[in-house]
Amino acid sequence: MTSFSPPAPAPAPPAAPDRPHPGSLPELFLAFTVLALQGFGGVLAVVQRELVDRKRWLTDEEFIEDWAVAQIMPGPNVVNLSMMIGARYFGLRGALTALAGMLAVPLVLILLLAIVHARFADNPQVAGALRGMAAVSAGLIAAAGLKMSVALRRSPLSLPWCLAIGAAGFVLVALLRLPLAPVLLVLGGLGCVLAYRKLR
Amino acid sequence: MSAVHITLAWHDWLNLFGHYLLLSLMSLGGAISTTSEMHRFLVEQHGWLTQAQFNDSIALAQAAPGPNVLFVALMGWKVGMNAGSTAAALLGVLVTMTGILLPSTIFTYQVAQWGHRNRELRAVRAFKQGMAPVVIALLLSTAWILANSAGGSGARWPLWLLALISCLVIWRTKLHLLWVLGAGALLGALGFV
Repeated sequence: MTSFSPPAPAPAPPAAPDRPHPGSLPELFLAFTVLALQGFGGVLAVVQRELVDRKRWLTDEEFIEDWAVAQIMPGPNVVNLSMMIGARYFGLRGALTALAGMLAVPLVLILLLAIVHARFADNPQVAGALRGMAAVSAGLIAAAGLKMSVALRRSPLSLPWCLAIGAAGFVLVALLRLPLAPVLLVLGGLGCVLAYRKLR
Repeated sequence: MSAVHITLAWHDWLNLFGHYLLLSLMSLGGAISTTSEMHRFLVEQHGWLTQAQFNDSIALAQAAPGPNVLFVALMGWKVGMNAGSTAAALLGVLVTMTGILLPSTIFTYQVAQWGHRNRELRAVRAFKQGMAPVVIALLLSTAWILANSAGGSGARWPLWLLALISCLVIWRTKLHLLWVLGAGALLGALGFV
């Protein structure tokens, strides 16, 4: 019996451990539909919780990096993010499937809501409820920003630089209402140059 | 209902489509960042939407499940409804959504694929990590602008307080978002905010 030994399991490459991943395009479509339908007032927080914390399709670092790219590129952030995640597993087909999953059912739903809303638009309770939900949405988006700021601890930029760039961005965009593109170009460019000099 | 009645010729539809194609490439940081330009185009310049319809589109998309970009579909829908028919409304959705998505998704897909293949490059890593502070600042700015534009005739401080408390609850606890949104809707419906 000693002459026979089962083949040793192939050692998992350290960079890519055997992680959960979507098995098929329908699974991917369904995952993004379910995710989109949970996202009231924005889907980002839900994407993080579902795909990173629960399904573990992505690590925290992968999520933050993909999110940074999705945010910088033109186009709706969550749409960009879903395309990039879909493309990781199934290439272009995956990107289109994730995109469709994110948009198809919510689009039908929101049009139905619009039809219902048109009948009750002048109702003060409905208007008040929408106002309350808008305030909560603002809080939700701010909370997502605060959660992501944890990632700055691993940034190649020093904390004072991160704070200075972040504060400048907030003042220019939120308070002075400057157009986004030049702000991104100048402050983002500054961050990239600083990071480039620190990395090797 | 405070709707307007408009007539849209085929070149108006083309104009709308072309404008959203352009907006798509300008929508760095998300479609929501181009809302001021949409407002200028749809409400001020052409009068295709009323101010109330414009605000409702954003608020409804915020309140409904799904990506916020669907507010664009709602604007297209309402422009079409103002033009007089459900068919026009569906055309409006098609025109605005295709316009806002097509250029940006093609561009982003190509760039993201390139970046993924070259993710070990120093320049790519520097880009992703160097952008992080301003990306976070943009999120906080969006929250600020949204809280500021949540309409209403009463005092503003209850809205800010509600936004602040929701932020702390969502940031610090695992409570499901639906509870917080439901609480906000209830407080609004009862007239507290």
